Amino acid sequence: MTRRILLTAGLALAIAAPALIPGWRTQLSYLLMMIVFALTWDLLGGQMGYNSFGNIVFFGVGMYACAVVQRDLHLSYPATLAIGMAVGAVLAVAVAAILGSGMLGLRGHYFAIGTLGLGIAAGELASGWQFVGAGGGMVPPQYPGARGGRETFFYYLCLGLVIVTFAAMRWLYAGRFGLAINAIRDDEDKAEAMGLWTTRYKTAAWCVSALFLGIAGAILGNISGFIDPRETAFAGSTFGVWMVLMAILGGKGTLWGPVIGAVVFHVMKELFWTYLLGWQRVALGFLIVVIVIFFPVGILGWAREKWPEKFGHLVEETVPAEARG
Amino acid sequence: MTPILEVKSVRKTFGGVVANGDVSLTVPEGKIYGLIGPNGSGKTTLFSCIVGTHPIDSGSIKFRGEEISRLRVPQIARLGLLRTFQQTRIYGKMTCLQNLLISVPPAALAWRSMLARPSAAEVRKAEDLLQFVGLHTKRHLRAGDLSFGQQKLLELAMALMSEPRMLLLDEPTAGINPTLINGLIERLRRINAELGITLLVIEHNMRVVMGLAEYIYCLAHGELLAQGEPAAVKRDKRVIDAYLGAH
Repeated sequence: MTRRILLTAGLALAIAAPALIPGWRTQLSYLLMMIVFALTWDLLGGQMGYNSFGNIVFFGVGMYACAVVQRDLHLSYPATLAIGMAVGAVLAVAVAAILGSGMLGLRGHYFAIGTLGLGIAAGELASGWQFVGAGGGMVPPQYPGARGGRETFFYYLCLGLVIVTFAAMRWLYAGRFGLAINAIRDDEDKAEAMGLWTTRYKTAAWCVSALFLGIAGAILGNISGFIDPRETAFAGSTFGVWMVLMAILGGKGTLWGPVIGAVVFHVMKELFWTYLLGWQRVALGFLIVVIVIFFPVGILGWAREKWPEKFGHLVEETVPAEARG
Repeated sequence: MTPILEVKSVRKTFGGVVANGDVSLTVPEGKIYGLIGPNGSGKTTLFSCIVGTHPIDSGSIKFRGEEISRLRVPQIARLGLLRTFQQTRIYGKMTCLQNLLISVPPAALAWRSMLARPSAAEVRKAEDLLQFVGLHTKRHLRAGDLSFGQQKLLELAMALMSEPRMLLLDEPTAGINPTLINGLIERLRRINAELGITLLVIEHNMRVVMGLAEYIYCLAHGELLAQGEPAAVKRDKRVIDAYLGAH
């Protein structure tokens, strides 16, 4: 019951935010995107046990696809944006399906290292391809509405994406899909020995992750207003690493962990950039070390160890006869 | 009697080590057969060969008349031939109940039910099976927190949840306390009689295997040493020598 009240209050606050703190709309839009990053990363990294450092590829693909559609389709702004988001999502899923059939055969560290190269390779490809502006990047079209309308519009678009992503994850984890990818995380050989179509589940999971990241990329390209191949689209050293950290900070393999992790991480990061300018990267590095040492199981994992009774029933021991007296 | 499993002249080597030299055995449908032999005699390797973990060098393995020696592990599992492991394999971070809910028959794991919720009937069946192996009170506990013996029982329940036609059990009573063993033997008999699941059991505990199996194969040094009714195998000089080290 308390949970429902908190959730409603949070949602109401999120909806009212642009009116309450209009100056922070773009900042909050980035925060919402961070939540999408962490949620989609955790689908593989937390729930399925496949630590991917290549998810940024789907984000970049979505961003570029949308920008190209917006550039080449001569329709109204909302129409091209909508089509661009759809094309971005579809392309990202297609890339995930193709990459997945090859990469998801790798296990453990081999998968992590294999995916590490993907983001870098994608960034290099994009910066050499004239069709997408090569190293010069791309500029998505200007938002046509009134002044100040742009920030509000994209804020609500981001909020919508976060809600849809969260709901989708929640729904997936509650069913057989969630059980299957958890089984793969815990013992993939056993899952195979039980007849599970593991490759199918793994590829599907990566495609779901890519779907939401593709849409996120399409939106973020428009928010930032300029697409640099290495700094915005295939930003492996910033977004790509942060999505991993945020999920770990909040608690890998939990539904709320990535959300909490993204909020805490983004707030800390912005505080560093504001109050420790010049030392912000050092402070961020220090934060990462602190996360790994003191919160290896994440904020939610730590809370679960401390107050296990708050996280559902665990044992139903029958009371021994002599104790009943 | 129609054989459900036919192993013919199976050979499996690892480098220069001959784990299975030329092993042939047959298990008829609906029976409980035993597989014994000293440590390192190739029993577990034979299991791994049958279920496809180790592709065999030569020979033939037929399950219900179909050649399976070239199939992969999940494909064989989907035909209804499952194994349990000597060192238990369970999904450690999931609860016992979840372990069972994802062990549903393979048909329930295909494309169209990928997004399905576990049905009420499946949950009931999972709870019944946990009751059957005596883990019902621990159903919401993480499987990894169970003791070794309890994990063995959980693994057995998972195998049953999948409704196989045949089960290969690798030392089902190892690590289980003596009072529970009698109950387990009783349960294995019921699995066989009530569910019609054929069992092939690797077992070191002679009392268990002699009481449970109606026919026994004995391996030593990767070769089939003896076979027959339990009483006959127990008296076989070669079997006694193999166990006592005269071989």
